[in-house]
Amino acid sequence: MYAQMIKSTGKGIKSLDEMDPEERAFQERIDAGGKIEPKDWMPDGYRKNLIRQIGQHAHSEIVGQLPEGNWITRAPTLERKAILLAKVQDEAGHGLYLYCAAETLGVTRDQMTRDLLSGKMKYSSIFNYPTLTWADMGAVGWLVDGAAIMNQVPLQRTSYGPYARAMVRICKEESFHQRQGFDIMMKMANGTAAQRKMAQDALNRFWFPALMMFGPSDKDSVHSAQSMAWKIKMNTNDELRQKFVDETVPQAEYLGLTIPDETLKFNEETGHYDFAEPDWEEFFQVLKGNGPCNTERLAARNKAWDEGRWVREGLLAHAEKKRSRKMAAE
Amino acid sequence: MSSPESSEYDGTEAAPHGKARSTEWPLWEIFIRGQHGLSHRHVGSLHAADAEMAIKNARDVYTRRNEGVSIWAVEASAIAASSPEEKGALYEPANDKVYRHPTFFDIPDEVGAM
Ligand SMILES: [Fe+2]
Ligand SMILES: [Fe+2]
Repeated sequence: MYAQMIKSTGKGIKSLDEMDPEERAFQERIDAGGKIEPKDWMPDGYRKNLIRQIGQHAHSEIVGQLPEGNWITRAPTLERKAILLAKVQDEAGHGLYLYCAAETLGVTRDQMTRDLLSGKMKYSSIFNYPTLTWADMGAVGWLVDGAAIMNQVPLQRTSYGPYARAMVRICKEESFHQRQGFDIMMKMANGTAAQRKMAQDALNRFWFPALMMFGPSDKDSVHSAQSMAWKIKMNTNDELRQKFVDETVPQAEYLGLTIPDETLKFNEETGHYDFAEPDWEEFFQVLKGNGPCNTERLAARNKAWDEGRWVREGLLAHAEKKRSRKMAAE
Repeated sequence: MSSPESSEYDGTEAAPHGKARSTEWPLWEIFIRGQHGLSHRHVGSLHAADAEMAIKNARDVYTRRNEGVSIWAVEASAIAASSPEEKGALYEPANDKVYRHPTFFDIPDEVGAM
């Protein structure tokens, strides 16, 4: 998902009997559906995993502005431009809500930023794909925000209070994102032959990368069990991926577009669609930094950070000067 | 609210007061009052160089959809908070004062609504 490969620091799950009293009380509180708050005792692994997960999620929201920002100046109408601008601004907000949540765990904003800029912390693989045509704005909203919603809705119930509250705010705003994307797809799919072709092409390019957003198959994700016991992960990768496919296929049919998967077929027995797995080798390559846009994305973030430095420092100096003037006057 | 100063988290190279912090704007906690007469409610935090900027940023971050008509910004370091260890001392005395709840008193049905 927006946090795809969180390496757990836990050493396998302990049973309640193996835990010391503090940890046991902590786990029992989570089991009972209680929330953990910033000043509460928590195992070190819980804190570290959450910092990685929330940080990666925050970075994804921020880097995720780039592929869409790419089209703001070229939106086909003033209305589409205003909508896209509002959507991208929401994503900045999502990043900020999440950074705040991570900061309550004791990491600083600057440190997270530095770890993103140096490549030490990751962001979702999906944002390393290019947005080549206006139809991609439709496909991104429909599929990428759609996949994000699948993951974020259950995270509203996650055990860490500040994270859960950030998720509630985010989820309220996401459905606008998905709907504006689908609206673009409807316009394109019902438009001229050339527009229909663009819409199909966007779906072709984003389908498998969207499926990758849920992370590797359950049989290959070794870190899930502890995260699920801590309720910082609510569903397995495959569960969410299946749910996404089941919801999206009928929407594609409505658009009259074809999912680029010849094996895709409704399975009467299971009541779900059978579908082809994405190319996991490609996924791991993109995570490693070898996707089509990794270099460009990180360069853009680094440039913004470097060129904003004088603004950050200048405003801080100005605020300090104002403060000392005020104190001198008193 | 965030308090890197009191955290034991040491998973990164930057200590809370280390170099990485030197240009970081202070953290502000944001409270918003909605339109329907409820009190200001904590909605989250943000970084800003001063109070004026904190309020401007809060407008952009927390009221993009008319969530509020009034904003309070408080520097996080100025907030005093109770700690979880004090929970017993602070809240348990309330448990044996059940007479503070109206349901403690049985009023006969004949008396009517009260
Ligand atoms: Fe988002
Ligand atoms: Fe979104």
